[in-house]
Amino acid sequence: MGKIEDLETINGEGYQLTTLDKAIALARANSVWPLPFATSCCGIEFMATMGSAYDLSRFGMERMSFTPRQADLLIVAGTISKKLGPVLKRVYEQMAEPKWVLSVGACACSGGIFDTYSVLQGIDRIIPVDVYVPGCPPRPEQIIEGVMNIHELVKKESNRRRYSEEYKHLMDTYQIDIDQHGEAK
Amino acid sequence: MSQDLKDVIQAADPANVATINFGPTHPSTHGIFQNILKVDGEKIISSEQTVGYIHRAFEKLAERRPYNQITPITDRLNYCSSPINNIGWEMTVEKLIGVDIPKRVQYMRVIIMELARIADHLICNSVIGVDAGALTSFFYPFSEREKIYELYEELSGARLTTNMGRIGGFERDFTPVFHEKLKSFLKTFPKAFEEFDSMLARNRIFMDRTKGAGPISAERALSYSFSGPNLRAAGVDYDVRAMNPYSSYEDFDFIIPVGVNGDTYDRFMVRQEEIRQSLRIITQAYNNLPEGDYKADLPDFYLPAKADVYNNMEALIYHFKIIMGETELPVGEVYHAVEGGNGELGYYLISDGGRTPYRLQFRRPCFIYYQAYPEMIKGLPISDAVLTLSSINVIAGELDA
Amino acid sequence: MEKQNNQEYLTAIQAAFGADVLAHEEAFGMLNVELTPARIHDAIAWLQQHQDLSVNYLTNIAGIHYPESEGREFAVVYQLHSWKNNLRLRIKGYLPKDNLHIASITDLFAGANWMERETYDFFGIIFDGHPDLRRILNMDDMDYFPMRKEYVLEDATREDKDDRFFGRNNNEL
Repeated sequence: MGKIEDLETINGEGYQLTTLDKAIALARANSVWPLPFATSCCGIEFMATMGSAYDLSRFGMERMSFTPRQADLLIVAGTISKKLGPVLKRVYEQMAEPKWVLSVGACACSGGIFDTYSVLQGIDRIIPVDVYVPGCPPRPEQIIEGVMNIHELVKKESNRRRYSEEYKHLMDTYQIDIDQHGEAK
Repeated sequence: MSQDLKDVIQAADPANVATINFGPTHPSTHGIFQNILKVDGEKIISSEQTVGYIHRAFEKLAERRPYNQITPITDRLNYCSSPINNIGWEMTVEKLIGVDIPKRVQYMRVIIMELARIADHLICNSVIGVDAGALTSFFYPFSEREKIYELYEELSGARLTTNMGRIGGFERDFTPVFHEKLKSFLKTFPKAFEEFDSMLARNRIFMDRTKGAGPISAERALSYSFSGPNLRAAGVDYDVRAMNPYSSYEDFDFIIPVGVNGDTYDRFMVRQEEIRQSLRIITQAYNNLPEGDYKADLPDFYLPAKADVYNNMEALIYHFKIIMGETELPVGEVYHAVEGGNGELGYYLISDGGRTPYRLQFRRPCFIYYQAYPEMIKGLPISDAVLTLSSINVIAGELDA
Repeated sequence: MEKQNNQEYLTAIQAAFGADVLAHEEAFGMLNVELTPARIHDAIAWLQQHQDLSVNYLTNIAGIHYPESEGREFAVVYQLHSWKNNLRLRIKGYLPKDNLHIASITDLFAGANWMERETYDFFGIIFDGHPDLRRILNMDDMDYFPMRKEYVLEDATREDKDDRFFGRNNNEL
């Protein structure tokens, strides 16, 4: 039986001792199920990242979930217009905890080159974002780095993040109602 | 449509008709558009679309940008084949200012545009496979597309949104690495492509799924102003490269494939054949690539070399005038059309002599043919509607602009 | 039947529509004919059915806003294509800003449906007889027509862009 290298453990003869927190965090990080919310050009680069040359499934993202209920990571790739804003917010609220958001591309991060009347200037105006990947479109290697940063977050953050005061406060700033388990109502 | 289907539609009891939402976020709508379907069981009675979920106001944006800054916006129209959009725009401006482009530039443009067309059709066809359930056939073409991306990178520096070329030509000549990569692409791609083709084209399951899915007759397609592979699959051989040849397309020998009844299978096969024809054109263009300059002699629009700008007064003045937008442009209105991956992509440019266009309208083929979608899926089950949607290749960027 | 060219088209249209042909010019090889807006629907129908001129394809419908020209503020440009003669031409109609109505050509070309909706969405030009004239690309509750020259490109409620740096003072728009 191999030792788990990635974990902070006390190792002994035939056993490893760690805290439940860290073990759960490791399991969560290595099996993130993404929801690709791909709207435009960044969506094609995301498809190329999923392809065999760059292969996102090496990082545990084999199974794309298109239903928010079963997804952990919302990958927003592409321009979000004001018309699509409510749809994006609804999808975010439908996701079950724990959930993270990766904003891929300049348009999702800040509106990109489209400073126009119809484009939302960054998705962090309507939903909280964990990792931003800039680029127009970002190379697949950059998207993979963004995903790796998400993995770091998942490993380092507390498992009970959704119960914390800070989280409730964050959701209040986005006018998202959460119940006592952190799930959006 | 068969008689019993017609009976079903007539006899639909309002109590049995369900209204379901197909989109905007759906794994199979490749792009963001919403269809509200009224279905009786599985058969679609009527549908209604909402588009505009990715409206980025390109036309208004173009009124604020000088001509060379509009090329990056055109990238983001049909982003699967961005060089075609870029080069089409540059040709529109060149038509306005009335400049002769050297033969070498025209052949280089043809090579790049046909590579872009191959990339676009590869995505569309592999995605038809994915929607029919064949996930493996998605990965094979994507590895080949990586080779095309490497070719773009050699020439323009970017993979997807290429900003390829300049007004008057290209920013650099084909590098030696580009020549190597193109030669190896022309050698290895046909075999890889035939492998992809063998997976789907005569596959019993694929043919049963796609034959009869989303047909449209030639008369209706013409009335809806279809163009491109969708129109050719309906049997009409209209191709802008043949009707109004541009950039030396008249020098090349290629056929225009047409289908019979305009259903998904025909669209798939037309695109497959067009990839083969594009390869033919690239081979002809590459073997006969003339010697010459990679740009036209256009000091008013084409930036001078940096070394000259630092040493030569004239070059410095031209550089300043181009960047600050002080160049005089002719007044007038011009329309130029190129054969994009989806059909006739047109640029209607009205210039009032200022540094930005007065009005720039993009004639976007996706926008025009998507309005026929309700007619194409009437009476079909939902799974056929999904396949039809992916086979007409609606690219959200081009749909909404 | 030999192919018709720009001059023959112009002569035929002038013969059929006489006083309604207000202006014509050739711009970069393409014939532009300006007609009174009320006759454009009939003109396009006539061109479609004509044996020799045979215009069978509608390429594009565009709207343009000229705020400076009095009484002719909005232009609707129909770009047509005759495959028989491989000839493209434009039919234009100018509308004054207080009477933005023109007949819809959806009965002649099914593809005009969304093209006219887009022109309505951007400029506010009403196409009479259109089966379903409502906004297509912008949000349904938008209360202005964004492509008109008096509106800026950016969202009017943005707080993070200083107009002075873009050469725009708020009082002169």
